[in-house]
Amino acid sequence: MNKYYLDYLDQLEAEAIHIMREVAGQFQKPALLFSGGKDSITLVRLAEKAFRPGKFPFPLVHIDTGHNFPEAIEYRDRLAERLGEKLIVRNVEDTIKKQNLSEPTGRYASRNGLQTYTLLETIEEFGFDACIGGARRDEEKARAKERIFSVRDEFGQWDPKRQRPELWNIYNGHINLGENVRAFPISNWTELDVWNYIKREQIELPNIYFTHERECLVRDGKLMAWSNFIHKDPEEELVTRKVRFRTVGDMTCTAAVESVAYDIDSVIAEILDSKISERGATRIDDKLSETAMEDRKKGGYF
Amino acid sequence: MDILRFITAGSVDDGKSTLIGRLLYDTKQIYIDQLEAIESSGRVNEDGEVDLSLLTDGLKAEREQGITIDVAYKYFNTGRRKFIIADAPGHIQYTRNMVTGASNSNLAIILVDARKGVQEQTRRHSIISSLLGIPRLVICINKMDLVGFDQNVYNQIVEDYKQFAQKLRVKEITFIPVSALKGDNIVSQSTEMDWYNGPSLLDHLEQVPVSSDFNLENARYPVQYVIRPHTHEHHDYRGYAGKVISGIYRKGDEICVLPSGAKSTIKSLELGGEALEEAFAPMSVVMQLETDIDISRGDVIVKTDEDLEVSKEFEALVCWMNNKPLKPGAKLILRHNSTESRAVVRKIQYKVDINTLDNNEDVDQVELNDICRVFIKTATPLLLDRYDKNRANGGFILIDETSYSTVGAGMVASISHESELNYMI
Ligand SMILES: Nc1nc2c(ncn2[C@@H]2O[C@H](COP(=O)(O)OP(=O)(O)O)[C@@H](O)[C@H]2O)c(=O)[nH]1
Repeated sequence: MNKYYLDYLDQLEAEAIHIMREVAGQFQKPALLFSGGKDSITLVRLAEKAFRPGKFPFPLVHIDTGHNFPEAIEYRDRLAERLGEKLIVRNVEDTIKKQNLSEPTGRYASRNGLQTYTLLETIEEFGFDACIGGARRDEEKARAKERIFSVRDEFGQWDPKRQRPELWNIYNGHINLGENVRAFPISNWTELDVWNYIKREQIELPNIYFTHERECLVRDGKLMAWSNFIHKDPEEELVTRKVRFRTVGDMTCTAAVESVAYDIDSVIAEILDSKISERGATRIDDKLSETAMEDRKKGGYF
Repeated sequence: MDILRFITAGSVDDGKSTLIGRLLYDTKQIYIDQLEAIESSGRVNEDGEVDLSLLTDGLKAEREQGITIDVAYKYFNTGRRKFIIADAPGHIQYTRNMVTGASNSNLAIILVDARKGVQEQTRRHSIISSLLGIPRLVICINKMDLVGFDQNVYNQIVEDYKQFAQKLRVKEITFIPVSALKGDNIVSQSTEMDWYNGPSLLDHLEQVPVSSDFNLENARYPVQYVIRPHTHEHHDYRGYAGKVISGIYRKGDEICVLPSGAKSTIKSLELGGEALEEAFAPMSVVMQLETDIDISRGDVIVKTDEDLEVSKEFEALVCWMNNKPLKPGAKLILRHNSTESRAVVRKIQYKVDINTLDNNEDVDQVELNDICRVFIKTATPLLLDRYDKNRANGGFILIDETSYSTVGAGMVASISHESELNYMI
């Protein structure tokens, strides 16, 4: 084989590092949005590769809905500690109080929608001009057209008509006052690519990504982790199953999948076998309308 | 496993969305929930089959209009390769999307409806692919089922295309007769067309060489960021973070920093804290030098074995992407890799007729979706390569100075090193 051959994971890694360094070079006050999920954990590893032995040119920012898995929060704090990097946490709870927002109620009640408010508040508080996120284009149809540098207006809104053409590996980070950019270094990665990278890099993950016994609520054929944050209808059933999570977000809208996968290899084997996409398996909120994701993006959510 | 990036193009209704849907479906990249979403949207064709084209149709606005208006990226992989599809729509007014999608592609799939043969759009998409330096084209002659899988129809289209293709500057053109709807010659060999002995589309995509698309001759290392830890342990550390966009660098190589001209030697190359003997395109690494010289973002590190010069004046092909026309004298921001400069378009030389590749010299302004040859002068000296010699270092974008949108995509065509004319911007 050709000696100058770069494996696909190395190519994806090189591209992501390049994008992160462009963010560092083009913006005054960038931030890395850290959710505790595997995609943002991957971003952190990429940032280490991009900037070590120096410090990250940005803090990690976590928008906490207050409904997160305790395992993810523990993991977050340990990671920030190990990295010696700055972690900023802002709570949706505080935004609700400050802005006098009403919490969604009922069966599908979730603070996911409110996250947007807290994110925008945090952007304003610190004057962030670029936020690095772990979104991927394979997640959903509306994301397939997302740019790597995506310009948002003061309200965080995304206008498909205003998106800039993006050519070669050249990223235009110029913005007007009040605007900011969301930058997505792993745009071109798929779920499987992320898992394969985590495996190769031997990255530790929160243990809820692997099989464990858990009490779950059965809803619309999906298994929701049972917690005080979820509203239970009397006819809904609680069961105990061996499950893992494919994405780790807010407990109110992240479903578990039944699984016996206890390590990365067995997770990868299950993904290869599975016939249901990551978002479909795990996000209750995208089900609500076919264009749910797109509507949320326009409103300033990722 | 490596990566093949390709673009798909074709006129509306030639079957592009169906073809992509078929590739994804037959390589098992479509998930049940996605199929369900499509089924629940109620679109099936006359035969009651699910409309595979819905998998690639994008945003709501477009779905309402029933057309795709922007480049969408799709992913699939087989055991042999990861594929990244840039799906660019085929409407006349969307040259800019095709150019965008083509900029990163190793290959273009161009669809031709077997009933219609080579159309104006076929020529246009081929010409754009060629101008953007895509080395390989695959001409998929689609809807063969509607012409009775007739070899003569296929042969005629191949002949017509070859006639036209003499003008193109591409490495390789491959023709494949397919039916995207029925799946013939997409993933597996068609049983309806014994007369065709070539590979199926997927076989071809899995085999076509890609690593040779990286230029390993001309070493170019634009510095993106300077790493200075200022810690006790790394007190004097000064690492230049960047990406080898072309060529190869080794520890001990003599280098030159442009535009300053300062020289030094590579002390180390590293990635993620691990030392490397060499770094080659397209790796992102950190470089340390033997001597302390002043280097900042936007500088380019090259090797002294090439005698390179920076320049402020050059000619380029520009695809204009803005509603407001481009006029001679226009001042813009030019971004070339990690370098930025103010620039002025001094002269518009001619417009390229993208249906015929002829030059039209009678032009005083450039409209949206036009491709033209212009003369550019920059305020900062740049290290440029001709696009046809080094795609990674020959492309640039033009940015409007007030709206900051990306208004043009440029490809360097010729560079003047000694400036005979001493214009001031
Ligand atoms: N008979 C036949 N119909 C096809 C074939 N490929 C696509 N079509 C049909 O042609 C129409 C347009 O296809 P579509 O994929 O939407 O075209 P696009 O505009 O190029 O994306 C649809 O009704 C398809 O079902 C084919 O190979 N054979």
